[in-house]
Amino acid sequence: MSDLETFRAETRTWLEANCPAEMRQPVRDEEDVYWGGRRAKFKNDAQKAWFDACLAKGYTVPAWPKEYGGAGLAPAEAKVLRQEMSRISARPPLSSFGIWMLGPALLHFGTEEQKKHFLGQIARGEIRWCQGYSEPGSGSDLVSLQTYGEDKGDHWVVNGQKVWTSYADQADWIFCLVRTDKENKYKGITFMLFDTASEGCSTKPIKLISGNSPFCETFMEDVKVPKSYGEGIPAYVGEINRGWDVAKYLLGHEREMISGADGGNTGTVGSAMSRHVAKSGDELDPVLRAELAMFDVDALAYGAMGEKFLDEIKVGKAHPAQPNMMKYAGTELNKRRHELMMSAGGSRSLEWESEETGGGKPSRNWLRTKANSIEGGTSEVMLNVISKRILDLPGA
Amino acid sequence: MPLYHDEDQAMLADTATSFMAEQGNIKDQLRHWRDRDCPDGFGHGLWKQMAEMGFTGMLVGEDDGGLGMGHVEAGIVLEEIGRNLTPSPFLTSSVLAATALKHGSNDLKGRYLPGLIEGESVFAVAIDETAKHRPSRITTRAERSGNGFKLSGSKSFVIQGASADMLVVAARTSGSDDDEDGITLFAVPKDAANMSHNSVRLVDSSMATHTKFDGVDLDGDAVIGEVDGGREVLNAMLTAGRIGAAAEGVGVARGAMDLTVDYLKQRKQFGKLIGEFQALQHRASHLYSEVEIARAAVIKAQQLLDGGSEKAELMSSVAKAKVARTAGLAVKEGVQMHGGIGMTDEYDIGLYMKRDRALQEFLGDAYFHANRVAELNGY
Repeated sequence: MSDLETFRAETRTWLEANCPAEMRQPVRDEEDVYWGGRRAKFKNDAQKAWFDACLAKGYTVPAWPKEYGGAGLAPAEAKVLRQEMSRISARPPLSSFGIWMLGPALLHFGTEEQKKHFLGQIARGEIRWCQGYSEPGSGSDLVSLQTYGEDKGDHWVVNGQKVWTSYADQADWIFCLVRTDKENKYKGITFMLFDTASEGCSTKPIKLISGNSPFCETFMEDVKVPKSYGEGIPAYVGEINRGWDVAKYLLGHEREMISGADGGNTGTVGSAMSRHVAKSGDELDPVLRAELAMFDVDALAYGAMGEKFLDEIKVGKAHPAQPNMMKYAGTELNKRRHELMMSAGGSRSLEWESEETGGGKPSRNWLRTKANSIEGGTSEVMLNVISKRILDLPGA
Repeated sequence: MPLYHDEDQAMLADTATSFMAEQGNIKDQLRHWRDRDCPDGFGHGLWKQMAEMGFTGMLVGEDDGGLGMGHVEAGIVLEEIGRNLTPSPFLTSSVLAATALKHGSNDLKGRYLPGLIEGESVFAVAIDETAKHRPSRITTRAERSGNGFKLSGSKSFVIQGASADMLVVAARTSGSDDDEDGITLFAVPKDAANMSHNSVRLVDSSMATHTKFDGVDLDGDAVIGEVDGGREVLNAMLTAGRIGAAAEGVGVARGAMDLTVDYLKQRKQFGKLIGEFQALQHRASHLYSEVEIARAAVIKAQQLLDGGSEKAELMSSVAKAKVARTAGLAVKEGVQMHGGIGMTDEYDIGLYMKRDRALQEFLGDAYFHANRVAELNGY
């Protein structure tokens, strides 16, 4: 047996012993996932048991090095773990922007002490992070951001406003882009980390068309951000005034994540929807069936693309602008998926508050997907990037 | 296996790219033969050169004198054929017929494979009986007669049927028209008596025949595989052919896209390069995304087939449908973005549109394959 096959067998045994049955069901909404943080509560004992087991094994962040709280898995092993978890529909033990976004940035740009300090907290789910990128008037156009941090020697005094700070109302800390040099458009931004409980920092949820409020506005009035949290632990990632490099690196990760390139966005809907329609006593309209079939073709093809993309990234074969293409295609696909699911559900899926729809999940989820092609850079911005960086079109 | 070409495959791709661009290009092949009203629709000289390159027998096993390569490798050649719109019997002979002959007797292999490997022989496949691909229904019949069979019926749109030295014919030896069982595949030689071809030129300048079998006498050893058990061989042949056609279609899509993107960088209107207009940039970028995704679907299907996975069948339909949609988009956008000159015969973009149209129909269009994806997924 190859090492990888041994690892797969061990992983199966471990999952069998440690993943509770309640955790082997697809995630239906955010409550089904543990997000960590100072105020976090487990939904039930199974969720806690699963989290504890994964934490002990380093499986909250399996691919991170052991010294930072991970399991130090090689990419091929991490893939096996993902496959095995997905085989039994295991829920992620911990979800957070710390894992998906700040973590990769720290791993790439952080100092040794900084990594030990922050990555460990993230892996243990102690601190829940939110992201402070967008501002009113500067969405995808991040270089135009206005939030300003005035240099006061050992600290900055930060003033400004962030918007679309996802789950900021439940977050403990923020990773935030702050202008620290007004003269230089690109090289005047610093990637800062600070506690949202700091004096002068406040957050207000924004109610969305889905009726939910996953996004917030975050206001900063004379917030004092120290330049360091201890020996070798700067309060910023990378270099002062070079936060743009970090932001760009991180946006690549975000786009991959939103695009579902990791395999989360490749599911077909035809068979599930046809069963759903049949259960409600209706017949599947042949034209809808045809649309579902065409969608499934696109979803399966996109699944192959996701696999190819990850394979190519591992060996440095992917074009650096390829995440933009994945983000564009993946989010448009996901919007189409939910349009079709609404159609297949018919009037039932319109119910906004009923028990049958779990409090309007189909329609709320459908509305939520409309943001996919806006957040993390709009589809139009993605197409601009492809035009410029891949197709090399003039003036793009 | 990672979803990209390994080193050997990348080397083959380099070789195939330069060979097809030099020898198989539009001016020297497609236009050349078309403008001479060539009754074959392709050049035998190039076929011979492809044999010298080792392409013709790629999918033939080493024991039978071939290279024993896989569908990823055949797809590399097909993508370049598509990109250059090269008229060639590669898909019908080296992919479809070669796949069928894998299931043939040693006698059959010995009779036909050396000619294929040498580039001396050309094979066709006769499956469809109507204008749309519908292999579930086979009405052409082969009755037992003496030591062999008597073949009666007709086949439509047999690509290169009149040029072929041998036709792989799917016929019914028992059961009724729509039965899964009762199909037998035959290798019918070119000079068989009572076989007639009505040749037609298709929109892409390729030649197809409506072929009639009016009591064609066949020896028992013309049977490929098992009598009455030919459906499995037919399906294997179709899966290989569909994945091959999808690979060629990706080449057509890329060729049309490259031509169009180049044009966007050269053509000026209103004092600007038209490639500066965001309306066109976004459409070009969308097309790029679709082409990349279609390519991924094709290589996935090729690898699954080479690996003997049962998922190859589903993925062959995904690939064929996705490519049909994508190449269709590429040629439509290509002609539109070229403007008026896109409508002229002088510019190549229209040739891509014609080839794509023919390739979409071949072995099932996007509707056929999306329907099959639905069926294989149980709805």
